[in-house]
Amino acid sequence: MLDYITSYLSSNTTPGQAGNVFWALVYIMVVFGGVSVAVMAMNWLERKALAHFQIRLGPMRVGPHGLLQPIADAIKLLTKEDIVPSEADKFVFWLAPLIILCASFTVYIVVPFGPTHAITDLNIGILFMLGVSSLSVLGVVMAGWASNSHYPLIGALRSSAQMISYEVAMGLAVVSAILMTSLNATGTGTLSMIGIVQAQQSQQMWFLFKFFPLGFIAFGIFAIAMVAETNRAPFDLPEAESELTAGFHTEYSGLRWSLFMLGEYAAMIAVSSIAVTLWVGGWMRPFPNWLTGETWDLVFSLIPGFLFLGLAFIAFIGVARMPKHPYFRVQTIGLAGFGAVLGLIGLVLFAPPVRDRIQDIFWFCAKVAVFMYLYIWYRATFPRYRFDQLMRVGWKVLLPVSIGVLILTAIMGVLF
Amino acid sequence: MGDQITKDPASFISHLELDQPDKTFLDSNELIINMGPQHPATHGVLRVILKLDGEKVLGTECVIGYLHRGVEKIAEHRTYTMFNPYVDRMDYVAAVSNGLGYCEAVEKLMNVQAPPRANYIRVILTELNRLASHQLWLGTHALDIGAMTPLFYTFRDREEILKIFEKYCGARLTTHAFRIGGCLYETYDGFEQDVKKFIDFLPPKIDEYEELLTTNRIWVERTKGVGKITAADCVALGVTGPVLRASGVKWDLRKAQPYAAYSEFDFDIPIGQSGDTYDRYLVRMEEMRQSLRIIRQAVERIPEGPIMAKVPKVIKPAVGEIYHSIEAPKGELGYFIVSDGSTQPYRIRVRPPSFVNLQALDLMVRGQLVADVIAVIGTLDIVLGEVDR
Amino acid sequence: MQPVATTFFFYFLSGITVLSGILVITRNNAVHSALALILGLLAQAGLYLMLYAPFVAGVQIILYAGGIMVLFLFVIMLVNLERAQKEEQFNKQWLVGLLAAVALGGLLFAVYVKGGTLFTEHIAQPVENSNTQQIGVMLYGNYMFAFEIASLLLLVAIIGAVVMAKKRI
Repeated sequence: MLDYITSYLSSNTTPGQAGNVFWALVYIMVVFGGVSVAVMAMNWLERKALAHFQIRLGPMRVGPHGLLQPIADAIKLLTKEDIVPSEADKFVFWLAPLIILCASFTVYIVVPFGPTHAITDLNIGILFMLGVSSLSVLGVVMAGWASNSHYPLIGALRSSAQMISYEVAMGLAVVSAILMTSLNATGTGTLSMIGIVQAQQSQQMWFLFKFFPLGFIAFGIFAIAMVAETNRAPFDLPEAESELTAGFHTEYSGLRWSLFMLGEYAAMIAVSSIAVTLWVGGWMRPFPNWLTGETWDLVFSLIPGFLFLGLAFIAFIGVARMPKHPYFRVQTIGLAGFGAVLGLIGLVLFAPPVRDRIQDIFWFCAKVAVFMYLYIWYRATFPRYRFDQLMRVGWKVLLPVSIGVLILTAIMGVLF
Repeated sequence: MGDQITKDPASFISHLELDQPDKTFLDSNELIINMGPQHPATHGVLRVILKLDGEKVLGTECVIGYLHRGVEKIAEHRTYTMFNPYVDRMDYVAAVSNGLGYCEAVEKLMNVQAPPRANYIRVILTELNRLASHQLWLGTHALDIGAMTPLFYTFRDREEILKIFEKYCGARLTTHAFRIGGCLYETYDGFEQDVKKFIDFLPPKIDEYEELLTTNRIWVERTKGVGKITAADCVALGVTGPVLRASGVKWDLRKAQPYAAYSEFDFDIPIGQSGDTYDRYLVRMEEMRQSLRIIRQAVERIPEGPIMAKVPKVIKPAVGEIYHSIEAPKGELGYFIVSDGSTQPYRIRVRPPSFVNLQALDLMVRGQLVADVIAVIGTLDIVLGEVDR
Repeated sequence: MQPVATTFFFYFLSGITVLSGILVITRNNAVHSALALILGLLAQAGLYLMLYAPFVAGVQIILYAGGIMVLFLFVIMLVNLERAQKEEQFNKQWLVGLLAAVALGGLLFAVYVKGGTLFTEHIAQPVENSNTQQIGVMLYGNYMFAFEIASLLLLVAIIGAVVMAKKRI
């Protein structure tokens, strides 16, 4: 038994490939737990960052700097009354949030956090991700229809049209990146997520800069389409607050509504990880070509630890600046505790065995975090597109450009 | 009637002359949608019944009256002085303008002239109020179109105006700043410095709003060519204010029939050409700058002297009637007062700009998309307190 | 790597496919039928996976479950469901239906019984890792002409749809 459990540790593949069910389960737990935590953290971060964009403070009351706000929100949503409209189609109404949630969580099976840090490595990895994430549109349509109400119906119609339209451009952009993986001696490419990153490793170049500016344009198309796919500003028409109150989830409340939110944020992280994998080098650390050698490897492997120590330092500054009033004692202790945990994580990250195992995951998550920040930034900056304009951008701009990029990439691939 | 609308909006809208969808193609359902009275983008309790073909608007019908408080009727049971605070509650984001219009109308009825210093104070406060109103309009309009951030910027800067109001008369929103015959309060110490500081403070902020929106591609696409209305239609419907000026008609009561001290200031009337939402946006932005110009001149030249004309304790105008209108931030705000010689007005009728401008909604959105209805409601800059009174 | 519980999964997925197929034709509500159809298509994708055809399975999910069925739902949502529910569900041509079913069933049975001997050389050889590449070679190499013809046909369909819809604009 113990042998079976430890047998995976010496292998150099993902648990799914090694066929080790125990470790696969552990990975699934870790990844899904991690994504759930990331969604909660993202919830807090979005409110905080958005607030600072908008000269507000954001959540400040629950815990120091509102750190416990997501937990308070979760408790509130869980204990809220669950309302099902009397005219709704009960079964479909019940099923819709589950579909969205399942679709956006299932894709994490193939997300490569590192060369061995993925639940499994399917040889149709990217296809699997696109396919499963495209299922979430079903949930949206079902939610809108089952509510049996006008606003959700219009929201669902918009959403299905939007997601299908942008999937086309998105798919073509992805294909042009996949085409780049075949530029090796054997001439065979790969659809596996890990294989795609390894192709970038062996070609010593992020696909973002491949055939400049072709890779860049393809990436840009994907970056736009992925915002539209996840129904986020400026493409948040399906849930356009000022027009359709809340779009397809207008009639949802409490736990079911929170499932939609969970699904939405999980999908955001998922598409960001596709973008990171395909164009920005996945788990590779920055500048693997310019800053080579033992020393630089060491320097980059120390960054995660220093980052967490820095965060702990900021938390301690916050502790020092807390008002010295008995009212704030709990908050101060809480923030100090939070800082201490961050600092401890930072120290653990300095330990050589941890350092080596964790740095791939760190760089991957850091790159995804940049995309998540972009999502917040867009939301604070842009007005919302109108439906016909959205369609025009999708079909008349992104689609022709992505086809052009695909053709040019193929030509370049043959010539060079 | 109201009950019947609530139960069956379709029957209510069926008598309207609507553009019918093309029946030769697929037999798709038309949707009747109730937008409001509780809806995030109808600026209060406006209810619009929309008839949609997909996303296209076939026709609209506004149902108003959810905020009706009978302001005009109340006037018949109050003395002229007692009614003064009530007008603040109509267009509550431009309360100072409302008060100015009412006070001037009664003064005109009584043949009283407010002293020059009072007129200058009135101009300064009214223009500050115009800025506050436009800022609120900009924030909510942008929010309706999906840009969240400008709202917070405009509210930050509107705060400075409200602070001046609060220091001057103790209230921030429903100010009741003026009295019949002039002003009740002398300016507080440092009023001029505060105003001057504000005039220097605001222009960069207006640039900041413009930076976020004016050249933003999405903003331009969402507003250009949306909710077009021609000058002829504006005149026919009685639409006034920035909406009229954006259609290319140079009509501003501050210039056309100057009241208070407006004839003494040098300012321009911005006009647009195409009469679409984007032009209305530009016109209002420019109006904010012109308002600042007026305030600067007024503050620099404010004369010394009394602030109150000689007005009897009990106001009892002679038998007669009067119509007086001013340029409120939203358009022509008129008061028609009939006096029977008693202490209470026999009848007061208000010509609210929001109510009249709202009538252009159907014309402006027909054949456009649902999202444009939101943009047009925002650009008409209506306040439901004034529409329903 | 050896697949696990193959027999169980085969019967499980086949059962789901058959069940959802029955649901598709027996549901009164068109949306429920469409959802059952999606379930059936997903189960079918699972069957493809068991045949070592992951690419086909992935395309099945993307195109059918994620794309075409969404369009189906899109149209169904716009149709007046109350009227559709009152209409008769099955038509009266049971004789033709029975004949077709018997013919199809006989054909399937014949292939099941004799298929192994008839098409010996075409028993699928599972190729686990180069499946996608082989499909590419097949489509763009061996069957290039047929593929291009099919795409031309689709182009004609697109043009036809545009011409029909253009009336409305």
